[in-house]
Amino acid sequence: MAAFILRRLGGLVFVLVGVSLLTFFLAQMVPADPAGAALGSNAREEQIAAYRQQLGLDEPVVVQYGIYMSRLLQGDLGNSIRTRRAVAADLRDFLPATVELTLAAMLVTIVLGIPLGIIAALNRNTWIDAGARILALIGGAMPIFYVGLVLLGVFYRQLQWLPGPGRLDSTLQPPTQITGLYTIDALLTGNWPVFTNAVAHLILPSITLGLFSTAVLLRMTRSSMLEMLGQDYVRTARAKGLGQRLVIGRHVFKNALPPILTIVGILFGSLLSGAVLTETIFNWPGIGRYATTSVTTLDYPAVMGVALVAAIIYPVANTLVDIGYSIIDPRVRAD
Amino acid sequence: MLLQRFLKERTAVFGLAVIVVFTLIAVFAPLLAPYDPLQQDIPNGLAAPSPEHWMGTDKLGRDVFSRMLYGARISLGAGLGVVLMSAVIGTLIGIVAGYVGGWTDEGIMRVTDIFFAFPSLILAMAIAGALGPSLQNALIAVAVVTWPVYARLIRGQVLILRNREFVQAARAVGAGHGLILRRHLFPNTLSPLLVQASFDMGVTILAVAGLSFIGFGAQPPTPEWGVMISEGRNYITTHWWLTFFPAMAMLLAVAGFNLVGDGLRDVLDPRLRR
Repeated sequence: MAAFILRRLGGLVFVLVGVSLLTFFLAQMVPADPAGAALGSNAREEQIAAYRQQLGLDEPVVVQYGIYMSRLLQGDLGNSIRTRRAVAADLRDFLPATVELTLAAMLVTIVLGIPLGIIAALNRNTWIDAGARILALIGGAMPIFYVGLVLLGVFYRQLQWLPGPGRLDSTLQPPTQITGLYTIDALLTGNWPVFTNAVAHLILPSITLGLFSTAVLLRMTRSSMLEMLGQDYVRTARAKGLGQRLVIGRHVFKNALPPILTIVGILFGSLLSGAVLTETIFNWPGIGRYATTSVTTLDYPAVMGVALVAAIIYPVANTLVDIGYSIIDPRVRAD
Repeated sequence: MLLQRFLKERTAVFGLAVIVVFTLIAVFAPLLAPYDPLQQDIPNGLAAPSPEHWMGTDKLGRDVFSRMLYGARISLGAGLGVVLMSAVIGTLIGIVAGYVGGWTDEGIMRVTDIFFAFPSLILAMAIAGALGPSLQNALIAVAVVTWPVYARLIRGQVLILRNREFVQAARAVGAGHGLILRRHLFPNTLSPLLVQASFDMGVTILAVAGLSFIGFGAQPPTPEWGVMISEGRNYITTHWWLTFFPAMAMLLAVAGFNLVGDGLRDVLDPRLRR
């Protein structure tokens, strides 16, 4: 077990070094001069030269990477050209919003995807199954940015049932920061109005973001359940007189769970990707929107920071799932 | 035989029909479109669907129907371009990894790990931004994040096939590496390749439209579906036709490729049949 976890963590370190190389290489490709961009168009030649020297941009690329890495290991991601703040500080401000949105979308995914998948499998080839499969087909093929725009148009602008863009109404003060997740912080501080408002603000973006992954999880749950339902031991369990609920709960679902769990881990990555579009539409102050604005303004220290953090979250999530998986199912450890 | 089995899958045939229709639309867009997709007619802007303009007009008076038809060209072309690029590159790399094995394999697989670590849209956006926003650069960016999928897939196939009797027999009778790869290994990787490519057409169409929507892909006034939705975003409740039609076109096209992918997988890999 320990060896398995160690091997996974070793792989993770390699991936992170590779990720830093790749993001560094990307920043090198940007045609614009970061020093010129940072100082603006009024800067004199010698000012720019001095700034380049200060940033280490006059050094050979290999040395620059060395400087970048040594700073990185100290948690210094450099300074954003646009916000003129440390990228690490920017990310600390924006990351909780993305985490909150992603977790809410994951909740939507699990709450809708797994039960619908089970119901579809248990009613195979009926209209219920057909309905679930059509839902999965549409969810998997719909451009999520259109879904977001429609939800916002209908439920906010037209019907005014739910609040619009952002994490909180502008009349409310964010809760005292503990985790940075408004819903959790509001609960912890007993701030009920902020909690309900934050939850209301989460509904539309989390449905938008969760739609695609719900479709994937529904399909996966359905097919995993169908596979288990056809197994001999299920027939045996039925033959020895176990009730439907016990057969499904104890025998079928438990064995159908590992592939479902793996998909949940993988979907985390697609949620982070989707967060870019969702945050743009809902004006959600997370790292997705931060990344979009940073790319637009060629603020590559910021882009590199986002890419690094995103690339850390995803394999870490997957490694955790793998480790969890190996606890449930000892056979994978031998692999 | 395989074709007959495929034709029995009703949903897959429906998907195929959708793809054929979109392909015809893409090829014959100039003949089918009643108007020039870039032709402005500002006095007639934001007109609701009517016999003259089946899908209405946008704020510059351009015909939404004509723009949607031309959009099929861009989206299907983009999907095809990206899938071809990433499938060719990924297949070559995957075959080498699986066939050579050892450290080469290990090295290549760790490189694909690095690409898999990024949420694809964030990496694609960073690449597209670094190269400069344009449709062509968006395609390159999406291909860069897609090829590792093929490399992994093909490598896995080659690993399975490498030790099969027919490959060992070929080796025993003195076939060289090149011949074994071309004649025996590559043809046997084609079916999973086809399934993956079909799904990736859908994924790519959505990714390229997404990049265009946030400004890193096709640029206005290009009649691209993502651009059209972006241009109509402020009119979503008042002038629904600006965004609804391109979105439905995308939904149909992507669903078509997904259904065909499902059907192909069921036919080509009966073990996964559900």
